[in-house]
Parts: sequence; C-alpha cells; structure tokens
Amino acid sequence: MNFTPRHLIAAGMTMLLGAAVAHLSAAQAQTADHPGQYDRADVEAGSRLYGAQCAGCHGVNGDQVVGVDLRRGTFKTAVSDDDLVRVLATGRPDTGMPAFAGFQPGEITAVIAFIRAGFDADGVKIGTPARGQALFTGKGGCATCHRVNGSGPHVASDLSDIGAIRSPAAMQRVLLDPTPNMVPANRTLQAVTRDGRTIRGRRLNEDTYTVQLLDDQERLVSLVKADLRSLEAVATSSMPSYRTSLTPDELADVIAYLLTLKGLR
Amino acid sequence: MNSHARAAFGRVIGPALIAFAASTLSAQQVTSARIQSASEEPQNWLTYNGTYASQRYSLLRQIDVSNVKNLELKWVLPNQVSGAWQASPLVVDGIMYLTQRPNDVLAVDAKTGKVFWLYRYTNAGNQQVCCGANNRGVAILGDTLFMGTLDAHLVAIDARNGKPLWNIAVADSKLAYSITLAPLVVKDKVIVGVGGGEYGIRGFVAAFDPRSGRELWRFYTVPGPGEPGNASWSGDAWKSGGGSVWVTGSYDPQLNLTYWGVGNPGPDWNPAQRPGDNLYTDSVVALDPDTGALKWHYQFTPNDGYDYDSVQVPVLVDMNWRGAPAKLMLWANRNGFFYVLDRATGRFLSGTSFVKVNWASGFDENGRPQQTPPGPGQPTWPGNQGGTNWYSPSFSPRTELFYVSAWENYGSVFRRETAGFDPGRRFVGGGNQPLTPTPESPGIGIGRRGPINNWTDAVGNGAVLALDPRTGEVKWRFRQYDVTDSGILTTATDLLFTGGREGYFHALDARTGALLWKASLGAQIVNGPMTYTVDGVQYVAVISGNSLYAFALRN
Repeated sequence: MNFTPRHLIAAGMTMLLGAAVAHLSAAQAQTADHPGQYDRADVEAGSRLYGAQCAGCHGVNGDQVVGVDLRRGTFKTAVSDDDLVRVLATGRPDTGMPAFAGFQPGEITAVIAFIRAGFDADGVKIGTPARGQALFTGKGGCATCHRVNGSGPHVASDLSDIGAIRSPAAMQRVLLDPTPNMVPANRTLQAVTRDGRTIRGRRLNEDTYTVQLLDDQERLVSLVKADLRSLEAVATSSMPSYRTSLTPDELADVIAYLLTLKGLR
Repeated sequence: MNSHARAAFGRVIGPALIAFAASTLSAQQVTSARIQSASEEPQNWLTYNGTYASQRYSLLRQIDVSNVKNLELKWVLPNQVSGAWQASPLVVDGIMYLTQRPNDVLAVDAKTGKVFWLYRYTNAGNQQVCCGANNRGVAILGDTLFMGTLDAHLVAIDARNGKPLWNIAVADSKLAYSITLAPLVVKDKVIVGVGGGEYGIRGFVAAFDPRSGRELWRFYTVPGPGEPGNASWSGDAWKSGGGSVWVTGSYDPQLNLTYWGVGNPGPDWNPAQRPGDNLYTDSVVALDPDTGALKWHYQFTPNDGYDYDSVQVPVLVDMNWRGAPAKLMLWANRNGFFYVLDRATGRFLSGTSFVKVNWASGFDENGRPQQTPPGPGQPTWPGNQGGTNWYSPSFSPRTELFYVSAWENYGSVFRRETAGFDPGRRFVGGGNQPLTPTPESPGIGIGRRGPINNWTDAVGNGAVLALDPRTGEVKWRFRQYDVTDSGILTTATDLLFTGGREGYFHALDARTGALLWKASLGAQIVNGPMTYTVDGVQYVAVISGNSLYAFALRN
C-alpha cells in the first residue's frame, strides 16, 4: 500500500562540518475533495475491501443490485460522498443493504474512493494524447522546462519515460499540487561553497559525503559536502499548479500525452 | 604419504620435521578452550562475533586513533558470485575461512588474499529463502569447519583441504527450512538454527556431534502441545508459528548458557490469525548447551504484527548496574527498543527507544511492552526492516558504550490479510510498504538497489548510535544519508569500524563519533568488519559488494 500525501514531509537539509541534520516539517495535507481525485492507496485498499465485503451483493462490476451501478455512479438516493458514508454506516434496512458499522473511517474512505474512481485503481480521467501534446508545448508551457526525447531544456526532470514510471494518479497529483507531490529525489538543491559561490541544480544522486547535480547551467557537478557552507533543498517546486490554469478536460489530455511517453529503447 | 614412505621418511629426517609438523598442527587445532579464551589471542578471530560474548571488540592496538589515516589496501578477494555478501570471516593462525553465496567455503592466506582451496556445496535446488541466498560464515572446531546450507543441511569440512567430512539434513528444505547463520561451537557441540519465518516453519535450535553430525538435542522455538508456552498459541497456529533462528547466538561459559534470538511469528503481518503471545517468537532464549533445556526467555514483541525478528546478536557484558556488578545482556532490537537484561535470570532491567517507536508506549513492571498498534493504513515506526536488524553491534569495555547501526526516521504501512497455510509456501498474511513522502516515490527495502540514490533520506537514514547502557541515552550519532546494514567493530585503541549501503568504510573515534578515516569501496557493506594480525601486521577486513578488502597500515 502506498502512503498518502496526508503524511507528506518536506525535507530540507543543512550541512554542518560534514554532519548532516535533517529539518523535517509537515506540509499541508491534500484533501480528497475533488470528485475523481482520490488517493491511489485508498482506491487500492478500497478495491480489496470491496472484493471482501461488497462484491457478494453488488457483484464484481458493481451492477448486480437493481437500480444501482456503483462503477458508473448510479445510486438510488446518494449524491455526495457524505451520503455514501451514511449509507455505509447505517445501511438501508428496507433494501437489504446492511450497516457496515465495523468499518473504520479509513476503510469507509477507501471503499468510497474505489467506487468514485469507477473501480479503477488509478481513478483518473484520461483524455486525448494529441490534444495533450499541444497543451504540453503550448498553453501549458510544460516544454519550457521539461525535456522529451531529446528536445527541450534540462531545467526540470526529463519526461521521456514518465509514462512508464508514473501512474495517472501520480501525474494528476503533481499537476494539481506540485510541491508536496514532487518525488524527493527531484528536488532542486542550493549549495553555497566555502568561498561563497552559490550552485543551484537538480539533484541526481547523493550520499553521506557528496551530492551530484545538474546545475542551472546544465553542467554535471559533483560537490563534496565538507566543502560547502550550506546545502539546502529548495522547499517550493518551480513548477506551477495547473489546478486553475487548465480545465479538467485539458488536464486529462496532458495526462493522456504523458502516458504515451515510454522512453526510447 | 603411504605407510612404506612414512616409515622411510621417519628413519631419515623424520623426527625434526614431525616435530615441526606437530607444532603447526597444534597451532591450527582450534579447541573449544581456545574459543572460550578467544580474547587472549586477538590475532585470531575464532568465532562469528570474535568471542562468545559477541562484543566484536578486539584487543589489537597497532592501528589507533593517530595512525588510522595511514591505512592502505593490502589485498582484495573478489567474489565470483553476485549478490549481497553477508559473510563474516574467521581467521585462525594466518588462515582466513569464509563463505560466499550460496554455500562456497574458501580458505585464504590472510596476508595475501591468495586462495588455498575452494569448497563448493551443491544445494538440492528446492531451497526457498525470503531474502536472498545468504550465508554468514563458518564455525571451526579442531581441524573441521562447519557450514549450514540454504537447503538446511549441516556440512563438516576438512580445514586443510576443503573436502567434506559429513553432510546431514538438519531439516526439510521442501518445507522451506534453510540455514543462513554461521554455526556456533560450544564445547563439544555444533549449534545451528533454521530460517524460514516467511514460510510457516516451526523454528528450532539444534546441537550436533562435530565428529558424526548426529543430532544431540533440539529446542523448538515454538512449543508443541503439553509443553510450557504452547498456551500462548491458539489452536493449531503453533504448527506454522515461525520462530526462525538465522543469526548466531552467544555463550556464557560461567553460567553455562547459550543465548539465541528468535525470529518473527507466522504469518508475519496478521497477528489476529494467531491470538496469544506466540512464544518464543521475537524472544531471546537461554539454553543449557549440554541438553538444550530452556533456562529462561524474554519476549521483546508479543503477538508481533510487524516482522520484528529478534535475530540480533546477544551482546554479553559484565559491568556495574545500579551500583553493583552485574552480568548483563545488551540488545538493540529490530522493534526499536534498546534492552538491558540480567543474563543469569532473563529479568528485564530497562528498555528505551533508540529510534522513533509508535507500536508501544513503554513497559510494565515486568518488562512487557504496552502495545499501541497503529490503526489500519496508519504508519508504524520503526518500519518493517526495523530500527536495526541482524547486523552485529559492538560493545567496548573501554568506553562502556554499545554501538549499533540504526535506521532512523523509517516507517512502514502494514496490510493485514488472512493467510492460508500450505507447507513450504509463503505464509506472510499481508504486506507492507515503506513510508514515503509521496505515493510512488521510491522506498527502501532489503538491500541497496543501485548506484543512484533516488529514494533519498526522506524515507529514512542510517546512523551509528553510541548508546549508554545505563540510561539508553544516545551519547553520539554518526549520521549516514542512506541506511546501513553494516556490522560494527571496535578496538582497544578506541576505534570503531563500520560501513553502510553507500560503500564507504568508515573509521570513527569510538569516544566521540568523529570521522577519522574513510575509504570509498563503492558497493554496499552488509557484513561486520573484523580484524586480525599476521606476522605482526594488524589487518582490518571488510566486504563491500562482491569483494573482500584487507587494510593495514602503510609500511
């Protein structure tokens, strides 16, 4: 089970005489208040709970109870997630739907996430790749930082194989809320050398004594931590949120395009 | 040499040569008395953790705080087999004996790294192990080496030529029993334990006759019906209760007790499937080495749901406790607590967390943990691989500090499922994921995955912790960016040697934790460094990746 962004930690780091001290701070939680954006871990957990607790009556496709099609969001009375919580907690004695009073709150959340995701463990809307590619290079401005298949700058991570290594849900999370959802390894680091030079770049590798970067001049740089006055992870991603600048359909298109990027072999 | 030749040889130049040969022979004979007094011959390393007290503390003094910077590489022995190399070598009078995976034994000139002989054991082919084809070394008694095998055999090998002397099945590998630990020789017995805790085995420790391989006693770590402790299981759960023993124990000759750490209960992650304390899983057991009788036990994690094997090395220490001399056992457990026990009685003296812990809030007056299990989907600290694990810690009688490789800020989310038991098949009851800052962010697990650290210290970091046994307080911390599975060696010159997944071999000041010297060996160090002397030169040996490196001072 993957862990959820609720427990996200943002790591910054300060180096003192070769001894590292981590400053960890809790970042703002992401809430699942956007229909269609449920935590993947919840959806996966819900999938298991559904199979064990619900499928006996509702069927594996969620359409075995007359008038209800859970997968397509057709319910008898429920509209909101809160309605679903109530139905699960109290049941519908008149219809044979039992109360699942033994469910923990997290389990109820998980089952609802699974249902709302359309029984898809990824639970993310996927649009049209060609439109997404146009958004990537045009309105979205993604190509001004990200490189794909040999074209574009090295400033941000190369996305040539992103479709092979990230799920649609992870892409959606980063597009909506980049800073807390960025993989820690991709953080931008800022180092200040003992002689006062500042070096900024994207982390490629790191260990106790050294760090390897692609700096903002697109050079491969290896630094010895003992030679640095400070080394810090830049707390905020330079990637903007597309929560308002792209429509949900446009986001779905961008994700569809990213999913086609499987890397050159 | 045939009898005719021997007769002629004896008449001519025999007596002098025979006297020489005899002295060589006696020098190579490792008696149990020698192992018991191993600290009196620090030039050698006669048993897995150096001495029966398992302190991994050497009295050698040639390399010290002032000259350690002059260490240089003397030789390298490359392994022919890829995969984590967890073995700890023995050194007997200039000859190093070690294993390479899966079950090869090498006799090596400890001065040059040149190989005298290589014994290759062929496993049955049906062996199953959770975590790699590991082997942690051999034991020696007389002129015979003893190795446990992945297919759960015990093999005796002639230390002179690497030829097998006997080979017996300790348990059935079809049922997923295995042996990965280095055996422990106690008096006239060879003692081993079995792995297989992820396969529903019924674990045990057993002793064998070093001459014949005949089994002399067996102690089941999961008691059967009618035996004390069986009531800590419900129904037939004991039959697949786990309790593997995969790390070498210790021995106290005065108390005549041998101590062994016991692994997790089965299924690993679903405690609801085996109600009760599940004795003697996640415990230390004190056994009479002559009979295998249980003298006492202490259970670290009753009804474990986190895979907190107690397969750490029991470190035996004589020191004052609350103002009176005491026979102590120091134990930094996978469950995140550092324990001090009375090793004569098993009495709990103290328990203090050395990493973040949330599965228990503390202890009652009997030393029983007050468990606070996190709810479904909630993170548990320490994570599945523990606050520490199997790798050997060290204790220095000079600093009176206990040194352990720890995983800090590392948690897991556990998933619990009902597991069906099918003998010889995996029996884990769910799974777990390391806690990561974002979903799909790389986590950490068993073994380093490659040269690029793309998980970062956001999922946990390694550290050497120097703990004061009297208080459990961390006196100093040597932080590492990646986690570490390296054992630790300390010396009478207040040096501490250790490694880690990043492939650095570090020499620290054991009093302060200050870095004195390091070598970048490039690949993960997952064994315990050890030290020995040949011809007046002190060596420190460590395995990184697929090679063993021997360092000594520059000439």
